[in-house]
Amino acid sequence: MARKKTDAFEESLKKLQAIVEKMERGDLPLEDAVESYTEGMRLAQACHQKLEEAEARVRMLMKDTEGDWKPVPFEVTPGGTGEED
Amino acid sequence: MTFSLLHPIPGDETGVFSVSELNSRIRSILEGSLPFVWVKGEISNFRIPASGHHYFTLKDQQSQIRAVFFRAQNRRLRFVPEDGLQVVCQGRITVYEPRGEYQLVVEIMEPEGLGAMQLAFEQLKKRLEAEGLFDSSRKRPLPVCPRRIAIVTSPTGAAIRDMLKMLQRSPYPLEVTVIPVRVQGKEAAGEIASALAVVDSLRERFSWDLAVIGRGGGSIEDLWPFNEEVVARALAACEVPIISAVGHEIDFSISDLVADLRAPTPTAAAEWIVARLESVQRELERCREQATARMKRRVEDCGHRLRLLQGGLKDPRRRLDDLRITLDDRVERLRLAWRRDLDRRRTLEDHLVGRLKLCHPNRRIEPFRERIAQLRKEISHRFLNRLSFLRHQLEGTAGKLEMLSPLAVLSRGYSIAYRLKDGRIIRRSSEVELDDTVRVQLAEGAMECRVTARE
Repeated sequence: MARKKTDAFEESLKKLQAIVEKMERGDLPLEDAVESYTEGMRLAQACHQKLEEAEARVRMLMKDTEGDWKPVPFEVTPGGTGEED
Repeated sequence: MTFSLLHPIPGDETGVFSVSELNSRIRSILEGSLPFVWVKGEISNFRIPASGHHYFTLKDQQSQIRAVFFRAQNRRLRFVPEDGLQVVCQGRITVYEPRGEYQLVVEIMEPEGLGAMQLAFEQLKKRLEAEGLFDSSRKRPLPVCPRRIAIVTSPTGAAIRDMLKMLQRSPYPLEVTVIPVRVQGKEAAGEIASALAVVDSLRERFSWDLAVIGRGGGSIEDLWPFNEEVVARALAACEVPIISAVGHEIDFSISDLVADLRAPTPTAAAEWIVARLESVQRELERCREQATARMKRRVEDCGHRLRLLQGGLKDPRRRLDDLRITLDDRVERLRLAWRRDLDRRRTLEDHLVGRLKLCHPNRRIEPFRERIAQLRKEISHRFLNRLSFLRHQLEGTAGKLEMLSPLAVLSRGYSIAYRLKDGRIIRRSSEVELDDTVRVQLAEGAMECRVTARE
């Protein structure tokens, strides 16, 4: 079973964490620190954007007349409890 | 219609049956009188030939009966019969005329004691486990931040309602796609498996990073689809990481075991997603704050150091004055040091000269010289003493010698006679013969005389 590659988000988050760690050690020359900080802020922003990029919506997959799967808006049916079908 | 063996039977004229006729009669009687029986016993000699029918022997301690479970009927069986299994069967007796054998044709089979479902569950679990389907090594890593989620469940059930409600707490927008399936009944397992295949095939198009399958709690019958092999296989085949969220907290379904994560309930699955996103949010926030704080401190440090350095910069003329004063100061110090050094050297020299004087060789020779003079005096003194002593002794001895000298006796008129031939002094007359020549020493001169007489 082929494992899925770690996604780009995880990659960015790890990079960001590494940068913060590096800055915490405090032995960076000022120029490098500024560079790291800029890169860190860029990564944090990118992560944030990735998190925000999904559209907040709930849809349901339905087969159309051609037999293709199409998402349609989904509304929760207010119903009793525990009924599954 | 009932038959009796005692009843007159139509045969040939003699009333004798052929084998076929007899078996045919037996078949009519048995099948007619035992069309429907319940029987319990232990399965042995179980085998499934290519036809898919089950052949086995049902036995108890004393007896046994052949049995067949045809494919059309055994397909509905949830577990796989095996040797040693205690079962209750419902069926009818049939006779196989060509061989004159009778057997039980099974319609329904139930395991005794353990429920059929439980048994089926245990059997499937054992088999899939042996295949490695539950191995943690083949679980897919779950996304750090799930954003697009496929949910395979009933669109009208409590599960989707509960999950959507919980997912609203997410700090980030979530895109949820419901893949509607029935979650109970005969068709459910097939539908769930197909839905999982759909999730797998459309994962690129919808960018799903996580799937959830599940339903709310129910009886073991209700939850059964999640224990079906087709579902387990579909779960294992799907490339999208999957959370299984089936029913109660207590029971594990096969789905739970195959899925990449097991949540005790659908709500718990949604809660896990929200918690995951919240922790990502916290982590991002932490990174940002920490980096900013660090940078701020760094900049402040630099500013501080800069101010310090600025304070250290002075007017060059003042610097020159400083240098002059420093120079004077240094020269003065040098002079003092020089003088101190000189003094020290002088003192040292005096000291050394004093010590050197104490060491002059004369001081050491003088005692020897005195000693020599003394010794010299002593020696000459002793020598003189010795000389005068010897002189005295010599004088004494010479006097004595004088007294003893024969010449002195001779001078008084005595003479000494020697035998001429051997020079011996003659002290008795017997020492000479007549006519011997004798030398006579006188005080002055000597003479040779012939012995003419002896007395």
